[in-house]
Amino acid sequence: MNFIALRMLMTDRAKYFGLIFAFAFSTFLLQNQISIFCGIMQRTGSQIRDVTDAEVWVMDRYTEYFEQTKALKDTDLTRVRSVPGVDYAVRLFKGNPTARTLAGKFASTFTLGVDDSTLVGAPRQMLLGKWENLRESNSIIMDKAGYALLFPGEPFELGRVLELNDHKVTLVGISNASAPFVSFPVIHARYSEAINFQGRERNQLSYVLVRPQPGVTAEELARRIEKETGLKARTTAEFIWDCVIYYMKNTGIPVNFGITIIVALIVGLAVSGQTFYMFTVENLRQFGALKAIGVTNSRLVGMVLLQAVVAGAIGYAIGTGMAAAFFQATLHGMATRGIILMWQAVVSVGLLMSVVVVAVSLLSVRKVIVLEPASVFR
Amino acid sequence: MNPSSSSQAVRCLSLRKHFGEGEARIEVLRGVDFQAELGKLTFLVGPSGCGKTTLISVIAGLLDPSAGDLEVLNENHGRMKAQERILFRRRNLGFVFQQYNLLPSLTAAENAAVPLMADGVKRGLAVKKATALLDRLGLADKAASMPRFLSGGQQQRVALARALVHEPRLIICDEPTAALDHKTGESVMGLLASAALSPDRAVVVVTHDNRVFHHAHTIAHMDDGIITQVETPKPALTS
Ligand SMILES: Nc1ncnc2c1ncn2[C@@H]1O[C@H](COP(=O)(O)OP(=O)(O)O)[C@@H](O)[C@H]1O
Ligand SMILES: [Mg+2]
Repeated sequence: MNFIALRMLMTDRAKYFGLIFAFAFSTFLLQNQISIFCGIMQRTGSQIRDVTDAEVWVMDRYTEYFEQTKALKDTDLTRVRSVPGVDYAVRLFKGNPTARTLAGKFASTFTLGVDDSTLVGAPRQMLLGKWENLRESNSIIMDKAGYALLFPGEPFELGRVLELNDHKVTLVGISNASAPFVSFPVIHARYSEAINFQGRERNQLSYVLVRPQPGVTAEELARRIEKETGLKARTTAEFIWDCVIYYMKNTGIPVNFGITIIVALIVGLAVSGQTFYMFTVENLRQFGALKAIGVTNSRLVGMVLLQAVVAGAIGYAIGTGMAAAFFQATLHGMATRGIILMWQAVVSVGLLMSVVVVAVSLLSVRKVIVLEPASVFR
Repeated sequence: MNPSSSSQAVRCLSLRKHFGEGEARIEVLRGVDFQAELGKLTFLVGPSGCGKTTLISVIAGLLDPSAGDLEVLNENHGRMKAQERILFRRRNLGFVFQQYNLLPSLTAAENAAVPLMADGVKRGLAVKKATALLDRLGLADKAASMPRFLSGGQQQRVALARALVHEPRLIICDEPTAALDHKTGESVMGLLASAALSPDRAVVVVTHDNRVFHHAHTIAHMDDGIITQVETPKPALTS
């Protein structure tokens, strides 16, 4: 009887495509919005994630997320270094000086000053130049998006000069830094020079980056540093989550995306539910004839569910394909770089759509169950 | 033991059926005594609204009677459970409707094969059997056609094949010729009389088309919820 259910489903082309479209559309919208939301949230930790040669971040006790720094004292660095299990601990400066090109373009930046001697925290993914070039005096590395912002339409070229708060610096590399939450250029410089870009506040020890000795886990070491210094110490993963949670709690972003996601769900549910219900009602006579002939209710319910599942699965597949194509197309866009279709979104939307399919078929199932077989004589 | 009881396919005694309750209560069957015998074409005739469709729906087990006794193929209907009734219907009954009620997305042969598939016969085998039957009913070249490309008479012959394909012992037809012109109606009724009738099968036909009455072995007249008169113009088919 399954083939009968499928033939029924596919005979009315307009409804069949309408149904698939409804499922595909909500699948696409849900996967798209969930992925973009997660992608944007992940960006709040981009600069933490990009530092691959340290595993523990030490900061002021009241720091809640990456942007919110309060200068540590130089003695703090010494105290962290003396905690057992620390392999190395180095300075990191974070500031937002304004960069200005000779052509007059300017932008607030996201400037990181890395330890002069070790260059821990320097960008490892370079598009042009080498991160070791940071050792040259008054040199900086800028990310490609920042370059495109400050030198629009111009090819990548090293040796360009720009000013950071009236300090002349030379571009020695272009990095592929992960996109930051706000679209500021990401600049890497040496600590000793970066603190001068800032002007007013001289002492700008924002973070101490720590690597544990072999055999000591980052978690263990972070707890130990907190206990012994009274400072806050977070592993890379913990700190990224701190940032995500901070932005979730303190911005309208989750609400915005939440509304879109709920609307997509409701529209998908309403449109597909409506279409499927109409489809069942139009075929009620056929179900009645089958019932009169002696097809049981459970068999008929199975047929209805099969129809909903097949339409749902095809719609889901098309919607997922559309979402994948969308992110493929936007992957290399400057504003959308790094935002991908997350497998978690694919899986969770799949589960969500299964629930939608069941919900959508419930009305139809009920209609078929209460259908009087004697009605076929009318 | 009544020697005729084994030849009886349908026996209704004081069968009653009403719809609704209170103000809205309508008595549709008011004590129907009705029989249909194997080997016979039994016509049920009467004015529109007198309760013919209701009666055959009850006989088919599609509606429950409000009171009275009903025996179909020597099974007491009141004693069967709902699920048993469905199985009974699937195995022993064939239906022909005024509106044909073919599934528009299936070919003629697939439509005719539905009762077999509903009973678990594999699609290929069921369609093969149905095709052979369509052949007998003069539709050999239409087996693969969709219903919408068939004329009314052809569709009703497909419906007839569907009623016969699982070799049921009781066939119930509700106004099978009402939607057809006289000539086509006559040929469908002729097929019912020749292909459907056999010594161990009863055919009950509701109609008000008096032009086809000459096919009947028995004619039961119904009016206002009761059988008023029974004629037996022809003897039953015997083996
Ligand atoms: N499900 C129902 N609910 C209420 N009234 C019904 C129902 N089915 C039939 N009737 C009524 O029963 C009467 C007999 O109907 P029916 O058996 O279809 O007559 P016939 O087939 O002889 O034309 C009609 O008055 C009809 O309105
Ligand atoms: Mg009627």
